[in-house]
Amino acid sequence: MTFKAAVLVFPGSNCDRDCKTAVETTVNGKVDMVWHEDTTLPSGLDLIVIPGGFSYGDYLRCGAMASLSPIMQAVKAEAERGMSVLGICNGFQILCEAGMLPGALLRNSALKYVCKPIELKIENRKTRFTNAYGNAQSVWMTQGNGDGNFFADEATLKDIEDNNQVVFRYAENPNGSMNDIAGLINKKGNVLGMMPHPDRAFEDALGSADGGPLFRSLVGALQSA
Amino acid sequence: MKAKVHVYLKPGVLDVQGKAVEGALHDLGWGGVSNVRVGKLLEFDLDGADQEAARGELKAMCEKLLANTVIESYKVEVA
Repeated sequence: MTFKAAVLVFPGSNCDRDCKTAVETTVNGKVDMVWHEDTTLPSGLDLIVIPGGFSYGDYLRCGAMASLSPIMQAVKAEAERGMSVLGICNGFQILCEAGMLPGALLRNSALKYVCKPIELKIENRKTRFTNAYGNAQSVWMTQGNGDGNFFADEATLKDIEDNNQVVFRYAENPNGSMNDIAGLINKKGNVLGMMPHPDRAFEDALGSADGGPLFRSLVGALQSA
Repeated sequence: MKAKVHVYLKPGVLDVQGKAVEGALHDLGWGGVSNVRVGKLLEFDLDGADQEAARGELKAMCEKLLANTVIESYKVEVA
């Protein structure tokens, strides 16, 4: 069975091809690129990826315009049916703006664009995105954003923690994110948003292959389902 | 009608731009400046003459797009 993914493309996306290559390389998947003005997704998908970049030039707020793009209605409908959705970097911001994940991403606390390899602690290894990480306590991926500072009000943050929705935490907080949150999942467990890039860390030539198990986890989850 | 929408980060949400501007103002000698908040002002023309209805429309626009109410508050004006 071939793993099938769609990667959304907005004006200003710049990691869409990285995501395509990551899925092709790690799980030998078939990847369709889907333009944001489309209103339907290809059939038989196993994963929708919302890639990093600067959709709509980050106008108004990061991810705000993209979250209202025509294709996002289809993504929301699929997510409600249980489809796996992975938002990376700008994709995470779009998922928050779309109300598919709680909280929001603020400007980095030190006002700096943070661009470097970064160590993450795996906080929840039981998700469909992390089951292939085995006993690995921490992994390395790369970070590249100016607005990665996760914020949620006190009640929301408590709710996120109480439901084990934090999937990745920064080993050393680079941007002021509350509770060191680098990636979190929705309550249903099918929508993951994360600021670090697994799509820039899926083979040793990139400095780390630790992003690979994330995609392999999804294949494993399908096989055991 | 002329519409104005002010959008600011909510009190309690760290405004790093505001902090940076405040630091620069202090460096320039305005030591009495504190609590700087950097927000946005959107201005546009709006059809219609009913100001109350317009305020309702503007609030709906803020809730749907112009502000992210997780982190931002807004104020609308019509004239």
